[in-house]
Amino acid sequence: MEVRVQNIRKEFSRFPALNDVSLDIRSGELIALLGPSGSGKTTLLRLIAGLESPTEGTVYFGNEDASRKTVQERNIGFVFQHYALFRHMTVLDNVSFGLTIRPANRRPSKADIRKRALELLDLVQLTGLEKRYPAQLSGGQRQRVALARAMAVEPNVLLLDEPFGALDAQVRKELRRWLREIHDRTGHTTVFVTHDQDEALELADRVVVMSKGKIEQIGTPDEIYDTPNSPFVFGFIGQSNILPVRVENGQLWLDDRSIGVSAPGEADGPAQLYFRPHDVELLDGGGCIAGIVVQTRRVAGTRHVELDVGGANTTVEIELPPEKATSDRSRLAFRPTRWKLFRD
Amino acid sequence: MTARTASLWQIRQPSVIPGFGLALGVTLSWLTLIILIPLSGLVWRSSALGWATFWELATDQRTVNALRISFGTAFLAALINVFFGVVLAWVLVRYRFPGKRVIDAMVDLPFALPTAVAGIALTTLYAPNGWIGSLLTPLGIKIAFTPLGIVFALVFVGLPFVVRTVQPIMEEIDKEVEEAAATLGANRLQTIRRVLLPGLAPAVLTGFALAFARGVGEYGSVIFIAGNLPYVSEIAPLLIVIRLEEFNYPAATAIAAVMLVISFAMLLIINMIQAWSRRRYGYGA
Repeated sequence: MEVRVQNIRKEFSRFPALNDVSLDIRSGELIALLGPSGSGKTTLLRLIAGLESPTEGTVYFGNEDASRKTVQERNIGFVFQHYALFRHMTVLDNVSFGLTIRPANRRPSKADIRKRALELLDLVQLTGLEKRYPAQLSGGQRQRVALARAMAVEPNVLLLDEPFGALDAQVRKELRRWLREIHDRTGHTTVFVTHDQDEALELADRVVVMSKGKIEQIGTPDEIYDTPNSPFVFGFIGQSNILPVRVENGQLWLDDRSIGVSAPGEADGPAQLYFRPHDVELLDGGGCIAGIVVQTRRVAGTRHVELDVGGANTTVEIELPPEKATSDRSRLAFRPTRWKLFRD
Repeated sequence: MTARTASLWQIRQPSVIPGFGLALGVTLSWLTLIILIPLSGLVWRSSALGWATFWELATDQRTVNALRISFGTAFLAALINVFFGVVLAWVLVRYRFPGKRVIDAMVDLPFALPTAVAGIALTTLYAPNGWIGSLLTPLGIKIAFTPLGIVFALVFVGLPFVVRTVQPIMEEIDKEVEEAAATLGANRLQTIRRVLLPGLAPAVLTGFALAFARGVGEYGSVIFIAGNLPYVSEIAPLLIVIRLEEFNYPAATAIAAVMLVISFAMLLIINMIQAWSRRRYGYGA
């Protein structure tokens, strides 16, 4: 089911947590809300769920105004960071819970409930553990039970709040891939909150980058990574370097040197140059950014080189192939191949 | 030398917390001195009676009635306390309202108040000519000087035990668990009945056990309100005192031994239920 959030504003005792946020979520989409803590991403998720009510604005499920419905009536599936399983119930009872509490006229028969719960446990690869209690499961297993429990009620939309936040790195990666598979098989419209950019970029069809209660950018992972539309998104997603430059006649200047990058159509004046460490080419002179190597580090398949580019300003970090050996204090010249200018 | 010392202390695992041997020694000596020696003295005295005499004393009608009243009223009072104690703890944990801290402090009063004072106060209130008693007498309800009065007194002294055991566990309940139930479609009543209360069961059971044990042993507050009519409203601890005052030590020890056995059995059962539910729900595991 599609979900539309329209001009939502949410204040917590006069402090605005969300400010005029609008978002269209397509049916069957897997969408990530990404941002630092305090950006309002969890608040937005809870507003869609009905666990919070907006100060202003509307949430639509399909064409229906869901804002006035209670959380029980919205029929959503919600997965919490810390699982929130019922610990006095077996895995099977946890998964069946949503169905067993339905009023008698909408409740499937006992056998059907059991069958459905076992199917879901099979889907989340927990067959054989239905008699266990949550305390007897690992973190990753608990979160899978939580997901099965949320899916049992055939929710309109599946909402996950930092679903892998409490798990260790190895399990996170595994579950990430696995969640994508589950999504592709079941086709539930899914929204998940994360502060982990890798998770968002790897998993989601579209990523919503949020900051300070506002949406900064919405786009596919490629769009977000390759063409960030604000300094915040550029800085928040991936690694980035920032250099203060000057635009003169469509050319970029660092201090009194042209860096050999043309920016046609840009107005003259100071600007900030943003580029990623791996979007560079090494040069032997001409227009370039030259710097002195301060430090080099080998990180997995690349060599990270920190350069002092002179002036009061700063060091930048670039990534080179590991076979490119550089010694400290040596000079290195490069030019960004992909970059973006932002002005204050 | 070191190897030998190590082999002498095999029970002791290497630990960053020192003093296990000393602490355990002190604990065991203390328990022996304070609890085990007096209790074994009691058992020894009653076993000296011989089985036939013991049985005769223990099955004496007045004794049986006193025991029945003691355990019955304590059980009833503990049940009442479980209900109101859980509600009270709920209010204290969940809501913020003016005067909350005063109420929170008041819960401890029965701990601190001399029980005789409580007994006298309750008797004054519930006696046929007291404030509340005078309102109830025309309705045919008698509280003071009946087993009902004993229940009232035991409810008073037992309340804090339930509140203070349930309260911390309730505070630990994650709000997310309730939210999870709501997202799955559960209304408030279903959430309380199916999600919250079962999780509290072990703590409630502990509170019940404590309140019950306290009620069985209570003396001071009860003897004022009970009226102490033999066979009707006479509690076992009072009967023991009466027997002692008659210098009838065998009878006193017999009653005491029976109380000890019943109390021990009941607490054992409650503890076993608790251990079972703890294992199941993973509390404290």
